[in-house]
Amino acid sequence: MTEFTPLLSLAGGSLIGFAAVLLMAFHGRIAGMTGILSGLVPPFSHDWGWRAAFLLGAVAAPALIVAATGFAIPFDSATPAPWLVVGGLIVGIGVYFGSGCTSGHGVCGMARLSPRSIIATLTFMASTVATVFVIRHLLGGLS
Amino acid sequence: MIRILSALMIGLLFGTGIALSGMANPAKVLNFFDFAGTWDPSLAFVMGGALIVTALGYFFVLKRQTPLFEPQFHLPARRDIDLPLIAGSAIFGLGWGIAGFCPGGAIPAMGLGQADAWIFAGAMIAGIALARLARHSLATHAAARAG
Repeated sequence: MTEFTPLLSLAGGSLIGFAAVLLMAFHGRIAGMTGILSGLVPPFSHDWGWRAAFLLGAVAAPALIVAATGFAIPFDSATPAPWLVVGGLIVGIGVYFGSGCTSGHGVCGMARLSPRSIIATLTFMASTVATVFVIRHLLGGLS
Repeated sequence: MIRILSALMIGLLFGTGIALSGMANPAKVLNFFDFAGTWDPSLAFVMGGALIVTALGYFFVLKRQTPLFEPQFHLPARRDIDLPLIAGSAIFGLGWGIAGFCPGGAIPAMGLGQADAWIFAGAMIAGIALARLARHSLATHAAARAG
């Protein structure tokens, strides 16, 4: 069980949207984690500066919130390490060939009513629902 | 310098949104997708809030000729639905359902100092690098043949 947090999630989502708008207004870029990461792995893009800075900010934010306010950000992961590696590799390969993830397609692309992003988002949401159903209710969890 | 600082501040904003929203918490993400079990609809509010703000903001920003710090907007122009888009997205969903981390959630989760986030993010970045190298070498190979 996790607690239902509509207001906090709405506020967090709005901040994600605000970040996406600012990245477009200042840098003319889609705030998609897949696209930003893709330029930072070999063969490297020439424009790695803003990408690395964005990533550094994204990683530092939760640490700063905890240090400054003491607010305990809920985190609970029960996936065994080998499955984290398998899941990570699968996600990396999938988002690269799918040209985006939840932030790029799900937020930025859908906000522009891009047909590719709408189809991609519906596809990965359906695939995730099916995967969670199989793992939790047919297999009884990963071990 | 202003570009780098600006990207850093926007990254901080993005990471704060992810952390507060619950997107960096695998348990919350997996519960959102578990309609047959412990369903937690919170993440629908993340998506709703993000979409409303982004759609409104883009509407005004994209009326400009150029962004503030760059000569042009970098917007994906493609509108076709092809196999890599569908297959890649389906594969992404499989991985998201296994571990509960998507790329935008996993990177800020690293800032919580949790080993699981670092293991997942390391594997995910390796996956992106492998896929990028594969596409790059295929393209080089095809160009060499054509040449």
